[in-house]
Amino acid sequence: MIKRRAFMMGLSAMAAWTGYVRPAEAEGPPRDIQTVVKTLVGEATPLEGRISFDIPEIAENGNTVPYTVRAESPMISSDYVKAIHLLAPANPLPQVSSFFFTPQSGKATVSSRMRLAQTQEVLVFAEMSDGAVYTTRRPVKVTVGGCGG
Amino acid sequence: MSAKSRIRLPDQATIGEVIEIKTLIAHPMETGTRRNSDGTLVPRLLLHTFETKFAGQEVFRAALHTGTAANPFISFFMKVPGPGEFEFTWIEDGGVKTTERHDLKVT
Repeated sequence: MIKRRAFMMGLSAMAAWTGYVRPAEAEGPPRDIQTVVKTLVGEATPLEGRISFDIPEIAENGNTVPYTVRAESPMISSDYVKAIHLLAPANPLPQVSSFFFTPQSGKATVSSRMRLAQTQEVLVFAEMSDGAVYTTRRPVKVTVGGCGG
Repeated sequence: MSAKSRIRLPDQATIGEVIEIKTLIAHPMETGTRRNSDGTLVPRLLLHTFETKFAGQEVFRAALHTGTAANPFISFFMKVPGPGEFEFTWIEDGGVKTTERHDLKVT
């Protein structure tokens, strides 16, 4: 009995060490940031620029961190921003929000509020109608984490 | 759960003008990873989609994930194509929809 328990404890310690994920948790949206980025923007290599991203450098309350993203674009049917994606890689689940625009949007600017579980670099990706992808990132220091622990 | 929402947009606009639309809805946005005080996991309950149509055409859509703060606030823009009606819809896990309609007067 004792032996069995010791064995089980050894197993669970090993599981924790190797980052083994219980099957129940493996379901649902992907947690790995590279996989998430690929599912969102495909294989395109993201370029720097065209995005301005306003978010506080220090967030007192990680439960609600306000931000604004603007992607430069004429927003006409031949050239517009299709989507803006926000990712917080150090949250329990990295996806924050994705916003989808049309030429009728007039400008690709969006403001909202995100949850940040801890201090991290927040990533933004903008997908253009010609398939180009732009990216930027901002570090945010979080005093009290969101996501309810 | 049908939620309480608030929309702010100009009373009137001109054709071709780019107007800001501010939306807010009361919702806990439960992530499914949070625990109650007694240790039980609170089941996930998100508004996973927000969409805006104007005169029947989709102009803006958002996919909201666990990183979206509770009581989602979203502000975005639209170039006014003419008079029409806005239709704002939030869709909750399980399919419950909250819809709000607003007329836009165009001068």
